Amino acid sequence: MSVSLLLLAIALLALIGFGLARRRALSSAGGNPRELHSLPGYYGWHGALMTALPALAGLLIWLLVQPVLIERSVSAHFPADMIAADSSLALTMADVRRVAGGIDVALTAGAMKTDDAGRITTDLAQVRDTLKAVGVALGSDVTTEVLAAAQDYRRLAALGATGRALLVLVLAIAGMALAIRATDKDFRARNRVEQVTLGALMLSSSIAILTTLGIIASMLTETFHFFEAYPIADFFFGLTWSPNFKGDSQLGILPLIWGTLYISLVSMLVAVPLGLFAAIYLAEYASARARAWIKPLIELIAGIPTVVFGLFALVTVGPFLRDYIASPMGWGDSGSSVMTAGLVIGILNIPFISSLSDDIINAVPQSLRDGSLAIGATKSETVRQVVLPAALPGIMGAVLMAASRAIGETMIVSMGAGAAARLDLNPFEAMTTITVKIVSQLTGDTDFGSPETLVAFALGMTLFVITLGLNILALAIVRKYREQYE
Amino acid sequence: MNDMRIVERLVETQGNKISARAVQVHYGTSHAIKDVDVDILDKTVTAFIGPSGCGKSTFLRCLNRMNDTIAACKVTGKITLDGEDIYDARVDPVQLRAKVGMVFQKPNPFPKSIYDNVAYGPKIHGLTRSKAELDEIVESCLRKAALWNEVKDRLTAPGTGLSGGQQQRLCIARAIATSPEVLLMDEPCSALDPIATAQVEELIDELRDQFSVVIVTHSMQQAARVSQRTAFFHLGNLVEYGETGQIFTNPRDPRTESYISGRIG
Amino acid sequence: MTDTPKSGSIFTQTGLMAKRNASEKRFRFYGLVAVVASLMMLAFILFTIFSAGLSSFRQTTVTFSLELTEAKLDPKGGRDPAKLAKVTTVGYNKLIGTGFAAAIKEHGIEIEGLTDKDAAGFLSDEAAANLRDRVLADPTLIGQTVEINALVMGRIDGFMKGRVTAESAANDSNISAEQLALAKALDDKGLLHLSFNPAFITGTDASDTRPEAAGLGVAILGSAYMMLLVIVLALPVGVAASIYLEEFAPKNKLTDLIEVNISNLAAVPSIVFGILGLAIFINFAGLPQSSSLVGALVLSLMTLPTIIIATRASLKAVPPSIRDAALGVGASKMQTTFHHVLPLAIPGILTGAIIGLARALGETAPLLLIGMVAFVREYPGAPPAGFSDPASALPVQIYQWTQRSDPAFVERASGAIIVLLVFLLVMNTTAILLRRRFERRW
Repeated sequence: MSVSLLLLAIALLALIGFGLARRRALSSAGGNPRELHSLPGYYGWHGALMTALPALAGLLIWLLVQPVLIERSVSAHFPADMIAADSSLALTMADVRRVAGGIDVALTAGAMKTDDAGRITTDLAQVRDTLKAVGVALGSDVTTEVLAAAQDYRRLAALGATGRALLVLVLAIAGMALAIRATDKDFRARNRVEQVTLGALMLSSSIAILTTLGIIASMLTETFHFFEAYPIADFFFGLTWSPNFKGDSQLGILPLIWGTLYISLVSMLVAVPLGLFAAIYLAEYASARARAWIKPLIELIAGIPTVVFGLFALVTVGPFLRDYIASPMGWGDSGSSVMTAGLVIGILNIPFISSLSDDIINAVPQSLRDGSLAIGATKSETVRQVVLPAALPGIMGAVLMAASRAIGETMIVSMGAGAAARLDLNPFEAMTTITVKIVSQLTGDTDFGSPETLVAFALGMTLFVITLGLNILALAIVRKYREQYE
Repeated sequence: MNDMRIVERLVETQGNKISARAVQVHYGTSHAIKDVDVDILDKTVTAFIGPSGCGKSTFLRCLNRMNDTIAACKVTGKITLDGEDIYDARVDPVQLRAKVGMVFQKPNPFPKSIYDNVAYGPKIHGLTRSKAELDEIVESCLRKAALWNEVKDRLTAPGTGLSGGQQQRLCIARAIATSPEVLLMDEPCSALDPIATAQVEELIDELRDQFSVVIVTHSMQQAARVSQRTAFFHLGNLVEYGETGQIFTNPRDPRTESYISGRIG
Repeated sequence: MTDTPKSGSIFTQTGLMAKRNASEKRFRFYGLVAVVASLMMLAFILFTIFSAGLSSFRQTTVTFSLELTEAKLDPKGGRDPAKLAKVTTVGYNKLIGTGFAAAIKEHGIEIEGLTDKDAAGFLSDEAAANLRDRVLADPTLIGQTVEINALVMGRIDGFMKGRVTAESAANDSNISAEQLALAKALDDKGLLHLSFNPAFITGTDASDTRPEAAGLGVAILGSAYMMLLVIVLALPVGVAASIYLEEFAPKNKLTDLIEVNISNLAAVPSIVFGILGLAIFINFAGLPQSSSLVGALVLSLMTLPTIIIATRASLKAVPPSIRDAALGVGASKMQTTFHHVLPLAIPGILTGAIIGLARALGETAPLLLIGMVAFVREYPGAPPAGFSDPASALPVQIYQWTQRSDPAFVERASGAIIVLLVFLLVMNTTAILLRRRFERRW
């Protein structure tokens, strides 16, 4: 029984459980629903849940455990020295799975007969050809061990499938029986169903934590592997970034951090004045009508995907800066540069800063403005000397959040900043960032044993820690600010 | 209300500081002030009383053009300060407000130090040439506001850290620091406890020596205690205006009488 | 009027006041400049994208008649599909090349120095593939003379659209002056057409050398699959999590932790989610690379905080009086929530979900890490099995095209952006309309 068929069976049994439990509840009350503790539907739901949940849990556990057990058993076919080299075993096991899967495909396609499938153990070339004919391409030649293992694999998998189906069905029926036996007019079905619902709600909200844990766990383990292969001090204090997949790489993060911070700085120099002044204008000067039009238009910038900004940087801003500023002044002739990426990220961040600052400026009580105006201050004096100082913590929070976004931005820098890791002051030179290098080390051919690939996880961890730190700080500042005026 | 004590004060004859003639205020479609004529005397405390929503605060805000900051608000008619029309096109409302200061219902000290709160006005109006001069203004204003002794040791502490009554006196000190000629007070004691109220009322009485004070108040007792002249507003109309004693003891208009005897309000 | 004013008349402006007013004007002007500059940048970005991309919806083709000679296409006769399929595009290429050369002559066009190679190279390689598909679909065409509408190569298309000029062509080894002359001559005869190109939207991606044939079909389908899965995965979980946090969660450390967690997750750089997807879903769980399933899982985790924040806000907006009323008639807390609070919050939830979805649709970086940069020429299969087929996504396709050397791909990428922006516009407009329609004020 395939998994989808099993799921269908569970659904069907749950439906039956629903009907049976509901009927039993009603009959226990002599057909009068008012005698029941809960609405009849709740008894039905109780029956359905009791049928489906244990069965689904059993299925899930089985699905997780079976591959591990089969793998362990099948790997006995291979000599110990092969298992010792960890990556080689993984590759071989992948081959085994592919051969086993291929035989199954061949069976369903009719290219092989059921009897033959179990028997072929020696004719290696035939296996290859048959599998190729049904569209399963095998990388290396099939060895006798692999073929034997594949046959074993198929046998165990078939056995597992039967056991799985048996277990699931037994669990479902047992659950249903229990539910029906418990059903009675005084049984508190609603409370039980609500408990299960609450459990599901709790489970959903824990996904946020699981995601964070997943991020940390996945990056931490690989980062440890990286530091086993590459000295930690060289990573954090190395001044050169030159990965070399043949080995002998220099993987110093400093040039990347420099590029990241430099680009973020340029972007903040664009975004903060423009965003802040736009927010001040909207909050303090613009008429309600103008505000109703301008605010959504500026926020539209934030809705444009970053890859669009990347193209803009690559095709428009980069060449413009190169041809009209950098080249004539002799500052370099690279289209991708710190300036290009910084400017474009700055534009992207304008609405972010302006919206947040606008909210924060609006949260400053009107009474403070009145107080200042009543003394005879002009509007700008009021803004500069009363409103902005009062809003400063909140605006700092917004700026920090924007900085964290600039640091984590990927597409614009991959398309606009360049790929050369460099420690340089000239903003018209191409430099690169942490995010660009994560992309370049993890795309294309990757070998998860080499430090050149694993370094991406260490980079990711660094990025995560930096942005998380900034965000926690920003959120704390903003929260404190909100409390001040609430 | 019968046992209310009316402090008979000597009302010196003073010139008109502010004159309003045929003032109308519209808030969008609603007509908030209807045809108000009033003369406010110099060196006198004038109280505006009336039930809530009667337009007394709106009218007060016309006197230093604070209503300009509200887009929907339209003021017509003529208001003069020392004979000069404050709604004249040549008048800069900012400059006007330096002469006509205002204190608000809720104390609104800036989130700055006590010193900076008071120094703010003199600084922006360029009233001082040296730090010493500024220090002097700050001290004298805090003294006038009867706050100096309480805060002289912590001038750099934030103004928001003071108690409600202290904050309001700080706001008064801030308002008089620009040496205005008129001081408008919009229910200055409504957010204060009785002791703080008494202190502020005492202060208002002292301020009368130097300024023309206009106070909007909800409390008739307060109007009776601090003012020499009282104006009663009802539904946007100025119903009655005269000496405080006369308004409270011998009102001419039946609406005034109903109000002070507690039947409307 | 006995008292004279202490200071000067209010009609005369002091010198300081003039200065202060000037600074006020300056300040206000800065604000206006910031607003105008931001709006102009937005307009400029959209203008550059649209001016570069609109032309990608039209494509140049050349029309001529061609004899589908039986000797070449079905030498043995019999029209056996298996045998017909043995003739590769190379065979069709030759046929179409000679046919085109004949057509040029027939129309009396003579270009000095035009070699046969130039003439054959005038057409896109894709033209032969299209013809082959047409013949395989309808073998009765063999032996007949048919009118064909063949794609021309990208440079000629660029020439027709004004991107390629005689000067730029002079430095370009991929196009000769003779070919440009031929294009002019064919255009004069009315044989070259610049017409709407549905293949740009429905077709598959094409290799580096034939931008004229590249289409968005796989990417649009991949994006659609992912959005579908994101709705199915993220919306229920997000709503459930919000209900728990807003209505049931006790105020304790754990709840605080979850809340802080969610606001921080919303600000984690998207690429970190890509690393998570690569490590957990692909390397650990063994799900297929570059599949829309893994893409959707990653995007769901990214969208979840957005949905949760929006849902909680709209649950919060339901006044407590409604809850009290339901509890008052004896509903359980769960019934109150599901029967009364949740239905009232649905417009807000949907708005939040659509906005989250729109963000997910435009997201690129995490998809690069889970292998969606692979060159995919096959449409993914029908769901649910198709969810694990390799697919592309609109933003990734845009990124890939920008990485190719032929400038024709910039036009394609801009065109793809227009498609993406249209989708985003539709989604955001829906969200705004929903909010307007169902906005409730208590």
